[in-house]
Amino acid sequence: MNMQTYAFDKTHIIQIPLEKAMTTENLQVFYGDNHAMHDASLEFPRYRITALIGASGSGKSTYLRCLNRMNDRIATVKGKIMYRGTDINSDHINVYEVRKHISMVFQRPNPFAKSIRENITFALKRNGIKDKAELNKRVEESLKAAALWDEVKDDLDKSALALSGGQAQRLCIARCVAMKPDILLLDEPASALDPISTAKIEETLQQLRKNYSIIIVTHNMQQASRIADYTAFFHMGHVLEYDETEKIFTNPEIKATEDYISGNFG
Amino acid sequence: MDEIKKNLQSSSKATHQDYFGKTITYICIAFVGLLVISILYFITTRGLATFTENHVSLWKFLSGKNWNPGMLDKHGQPQIGALPMIVTSFSVTVLAAVVATPFAIGVALFMTEIAPEKGTKILQPVIELLVGIPSVVYGFIGLSVIVPLIRHSFGGTGFGILAGTLVLFVMVLPTITSLSVDSIKAVPMFYRSASLALGATRWQTIYKVVLRAATPGILTAIIFGMSRAFGEALAVQMVIGNAVLMPHGLLTPSSTLTSQLTTGIGNTTMGTLPNNALWSLALILLLMSLVFNILVRFIGKKGSLKK
Repeated sequence: MNMQTYAFDKTHIIQIPLEKAMTTENLQVFYGDNHAMHDASLEFPRYRITALIGASGSGKSTYLRCLNRMNDRIATVKGKIMYRGTDINSDHINVYEVRKHISMVFQRPNPFAKSIRENITFALKRNGIKDKAELNKRVEESLKAAALWDEVKDDLDKSALALSGGQAQRLCIARCVAMKPDILLLDEPASALDPISTAKIEETLQQLRKNYSIIIVTHNMQQASRIADYTAFFHMGHVLEYDETEKIFTNPEIKATEDYISGNFG
Repeated sequence: MDEIKKNLQSSSKATHQDYFGKTITYICIAFVGLLVISILYFITTRGLATFTENHVSLWKFLSGKNWNPGMLDKHGQPQIGALPMIVTSFSVTVLAAVVATPFAIGVALFMTEIAPEKGTKILQPVIELLVGIPSVVYGFIGLSVIVPLIRHSFGGTGFGILAGTLVLFVMVLPTITSLSVDSIKAVPMFYRSASLALGATRWQTIYKVVLRAATPGILTAIIFGMSRAFGEALAVQMVIGNAVLMPHGLLTPSSTLTSQLTTGIGNTTMGTLPNNALWSLALILLLMSLVFNILVRFIGKKGSLKK
């Protein structure tokens, strides 16, 4: 089957009418000579879930990784990433501070080979929280926020490697939440999990949405339509459409988006 | 709000640590780099002095068969022909590798594929022990067991390439084995499953799939073994005979580059021709280890199955 070609100059990208968590302006990414991301200008609303969808290699993960500077040393990122009125894609920015506020969960659950408790307290301790009671409180809070507390509250000092995939992924979310970030970035967090674990992760995200701005990359279009308030469609390094999720999935403006969500793509 | 904005733009303990850590690694790398450059410079200048200061021709050095740096030949030229040592060095190295490789691969396969539990429990410590034995002990065993054995079975003095090869065989065996084990272990489990599920026998799987995938690693192991054999001085010196003569077979006394270096270095004065000639031998050794390294890199790059 031949790959259909779509025009990159015809795009439909809306401005968000809500308070913004962060925005990017003309973000471009280069891997050496390879121009992997072209001029992505998106606005992410506060306390909402935004989904980034698109085929493999469309640049959505690459884009996501720019948002907390995880592409440093891997790729060249040009353009502006505005967070709290500051361009965090600039040389003099303290990237460690950025990542305290903009946290990331990866595709494969990646708990440390430590106990469940230590997985969560790791970053807290590095940031100078020494008080035992405070640490315990944060462990409980974050595990509850990630809907994992009831399953592991008696095993906090057991190895995190003994957890199932879904539990491990929720631990990874809890680990981020414990740092009380502003924004959670999730890179296909459920793609390695079974449907039941996936449902739990989605439920967790719905809960977290009340206090966090969430940006999630997903391959799973049903997932995007279930949980996201806004959805951006990526194709071959371009953002072609960005709108409310309902609009994207019922009445997309761009042909490529329509083909992708209806499965007539490629 | 504003505090966060300020924090984003100002340095913190973390960024200072970053800077500090980076500085330390730069200092270390500068020191090590300097060390390596000085060693290379020293050996190269000393080694080349034979040709630049003493005006010996490079070709004569590489192809001459007489080694007697203190004496002049009938044409008034110094007698420094390194060919016998080069030939002997290569002979013992290649022969040791050829003999050791089948054993090493056999042991490695046993340890990884046939009996992984016994392999790691019993053979691993044995191999580590073999690595840990000092070379002078190997040389001593060679001198008191292998040399008399060869003398009684084949005649001659017993010293020579055969004795050197046998001693080096035992010395490089653990090196080749343990590196081969690592590379076979690194073959993903699903290769084996896929092959077995297609109806291949265990032997076919090992021979055609596992060993094929591990080939670059095993070749690297062999080359590491060869580079160890090439550079081994003491043990070889004790059994090779130390006569700088062109070997006429496996049983005649001879001398390798390294054994000649250890024998001769105490008997010469710095800056004289005999001393410079020894440095030239060292330069050959250095270049050879460079060649071995390049080979390892080349195999690692070209040999792997990826693409």
